[in-house]
Amino acid sequence: MSVSSVVKIKIDGVEVTAYEGDTILSAAKRASIYIPTLCYLDGLSSYGGCRLCIVEVKGSPKLFPSCTTPVSNGMEIITNSERLRKFRKLTLGLILSEKPHICSICVANGHCELQDLAKEFGVDHLRVEREWTAHKIDLTHDFLVIDHNRCILCARCIRACDEIEGVHVLDMKMRGKDSQVIVDMDEDWASSRSCTSCRKCARVCPVGAIYVRDKPFSEIKDKEMAKFILSRRGL
Amino acid sequence: MKPEDILRIAREETEKQGFYKYRINICCSSGCLPFGALNLLKAFENAVKKFGVESECKVARAGCPGTCSVGPVVLLEPGGYIYQNVTPEKAREIVKSHIVAGIPVKEYLYANEAFFKKQLRLVLRNAGKINPMRIEDYIAAGGYQALIKCLTKMTPKEVIDEITASGLRGRGGAGFPTGQKWNFVAREKNTPKYVVANLDEGDPGVFANRTLAEADPHSIIEGMIISAYAVGAEQGYIYVRAEYPLAVNTLREALRQAKAMNLIGENILESGFNFNIELRLGAGAFIAGEETGILASIEGRRATPRPRPPYPATSGLWGKPTLINNVETLANVPPIILNGGDWFAKIGTPKCTGTKCFSLTGKVNNPGLIEVPMGITLREVIFEIGGGILRGRKFKAVLVGGPSGGCLPESMLGLPIDYESLTKAGAIMGSGGIVVIDDTACMVDTAWFFTDFCVDESCGKCVPCRVGLLKIRNILERIMKGEGKMDDIDLLEELGVYVRDASLCGLGQTAPNPTLTTLRYFRDEYVAHISEKRCPAGKCFKEQASLEVKE
Amino acid sequence: MSKEDRRLLILEREMKARMYQKSVLLEILHLAHELYGYFDKDLLNYISERLNLPPSHVYGVASFYHLFRLKKPGEHVVSACMGTACYVSGVEEIISAIEREFNVKRGGSTADGKLSLFITRCIGACAMAPNVTIDNEVIGKANKEVVLKRIKDIIGG
Repeated sequence: MSVSSVVKIKIDGVEVTAYEGDTILSAAKRASIYIPTLCYLDGLSSYGGCRLCIVEVKGSPKLFPSCTTPVSNGMEIITNSERLRKFRKLTLGLILSEKPHICSICVANGHCELQDLAKEFGVDHLRVEREWTAHKIDLTHDFLVIDHNRCILCARCIRACDEIEGVHVLDMKMRGKDSQVIVDMDEDWASSRSCTSCRKCARVCPVGAIYVRDKPFSEIKDKEMAKFILSRRGL
Repeated sequence: MKPEDILRIAREETEKQGFYKYRINICCSSGCLPFGALNLLKAFENAVKKFGVESECKVARAGCPGTCSVGPVVLLEPGGYIYQNVTPEKAREIVKSHIVAGIPVKEYLYANEAFFKKQLRLVLRNAGKINPMRIEDYIAAGGYQALIKCLTKMTPKEVIDEITASGLRGRGGAGFPTGQKWNFVAREKNTPKYVVANLDEGDPGVFANRTLAEADPHSIIEGMIISAYAVGAEQGYIYVRAEYPLAVNTLREALRQAKAMNLIGENILESGFNFNIELRLGAGAFIAGEETGILASIEGRRATPRPRPPYPATSGLWGKPTLINNVETLANVPPIILNGGDWFAKIGTPKCTGTKCFSLTGKVNNPGLIEVPMGITLREVIFEIGGGILRGRKFKAVLVGGPSGGCLPESMLGLPIDYESLTKAGAIMGSGGIVVIDDTACMVDTAWFFTDFCVDESCGKCVPCRVGLLKIRNILERIMKGEGKMDDIDLLEELGVYVRDASLCGLGQTAPNPTLTTLRYFRDEYVAHISEKRCPAGKCFKEQASLEVKE
Repeated sequence: MSKEDRRLLILEREMKARMYQKSVLLEILHLAHELYGYFDKDLLNYISERLNLPPSHVYGVASFYHLFRLKKPGEHVVSACMGTACYVSGVEEIISAIEREFNVKRGGSTADGKLSLFITRCIGACAMAPNVTIDNEVIGKANKEVVLKRIKDIIGG
């Protein structure tokens, strides 16, 4: 990289060297500064939906998602103010209240990114009313299961299916509070003509919404995730 | 066609119209159309024939003069007489008395001078006066002269400088300086570039853009061509709500006529400049009015916004530099070019120049479409132009800025209307909706209604807007049912601030405004609902009670 | 040639005229909706095949926009405007009156499929609020007596 594309920024008071084209998140990662993420996944396009990676930028009253905001010279970024911690905790609480999340009966228990974040931010109770409406569980596929009761609508599966596997079996239907991940024309997974059963959706799911039946969740999560990301890098 | 040809058409058309002593303009906008405007058109034509005054009186269809509450309306020129609630019977009488005998029929006139007195019609300069279906009418009224001036005498840079000098700011709501925005797109090297005219007026209670498109489509188109010339774009899209069939048809016809006259297309007026415009229809999504939402929708995708930066000016439609302007902004452009930026900058306030169109609705005596200079106070708008509160009731609040605007109380009526003052008070300019609320309305219920609208329109991409707003709505619902707790007020405030600050796009960032402003200015009503189980307006608990009585 | 075929032909012609570009999906959906009144999955599948778009993408777009119906509407359609002006002017009362009188829920149809009741967002005739549209006829400054009578007239006749 040429010298001209070097950008000097400050993250939490520390001077960091970044490159043009970096996002705040990628610059922070390189400098080993931690910013929590949920819908973001290395190797997939950035979505900017979960709002966990929001940061403050000096001189602007707005909050910026670090996964999509490009760095610019002289930028001063704060990743961990009281306001940000409060907002992140609220976000996690809201996600947990949106669907009937019950960790004890979830396949992802112990390997769940949402659970880990909730622990990290001390979400020990919910201040808003929980939603108990039961959603559909699609058990038709030979081994892939989608349980909408656990889905947090992060769209990782949709992006992986489209961008990595290239088949775009999955997408979102409806909008707002009614949004739901669909297979083809909102059909049973078994009747999908386009699905290649590649399991990438299960691998990228941060919670237990899409999983491989009868397979220990830890196995899909840890090893194969690493492999998957590496394979993406090698492309 | 050459510029001279357009000027010739203007001369000929003016001459032709000069033959007529009178001109009867029948409003055929969406406001009047459902109430028999087309029958009226026939009735007037017949009446004129019957009384043998065809040679001195022209009967034409036209757009909306703004007095939508008393439709169907007819504008009679010269003199600007507006007749209200016209029926075919009245039509005959009007022709007989006003045209034949020269005596206006007083009892049918819209006797409300106050409605127009404080207005300044710049954007709506032609509304109600010309036939929107005839490009010649627009040209005769001075149309497309600004375009000719740009193409023959001005460089793109000069055009942008003129707009910058005028101080014009985006009328879509946020108020970003238009000249600056044009400059951002103009300096991009990446081509092709696109321009988009935003007519996705999704706000309930707002109809200013629609009226403009129905009454004077060419003012939008001319502004758009000039903007394309300034930034160097060759393709433009007008994004219209499909719920506005008349606006769609009017624009379609206007585009066809403009193309026939080589005002759009290849080598416009032999200047070497090419520009095409396509219409794109929305399909019932408020969020598609958001900058990045509209781009997704034009590309044929779900209209979910994406985080900015990158801004559309660098990466818009298909990743290319794209200029997005509201149609009202664009309609301001031709007069600025013709009269100069300095002229425009003198109107309104120093920081907020020009005028703004507002849809004035709710419990006022004279609802309708108005255009006022920036800096006018809310009191003037509601009590002078609007004629005060309907049925002599008491003013309670005014919602400024559409469903994500703010509810302001009586004490704020002295507030001048400009971007900064409104934002400071907790409201927004939005797309220009003013809904007046009288003392029969419950403010918790009002906040609930607007929050419910935004819950429905949320795209669902980001958590604060999808879940946070829903929770706010549910808490409001709980309070209205008498099941609220005192803690709810704090929780509402906390959630409101969170949704406002943490949401991805403008919808979520403004959606808590009704809740936050009612909490700020009408907190006692919330308290009454919660601690006394009482609705001060007598709305919330009454409905259930009256239902029980009936059954 | 059956009516069905002709509609598909019109659709096909439009797609061809637009060179089967993926970005015109919304335009094609508009036309299809106009021709058929609602979308069923076969129709969406057809569009998805012709435009070479993933089925889930087409369904996602079709279900995102509220103007499009994914279920067959009733014979007659009443849509009440729930815009601000209409709400402030009491459209809610009219809607609940229709719901009670004809035993239909908003967004749904009666059991016999004769009547559908929809809620639309602002139709833009705010100064004439409240507005109720019955089979394309707009009733401005509506009240429940007038609306109920008009619906009864239409369904009865």
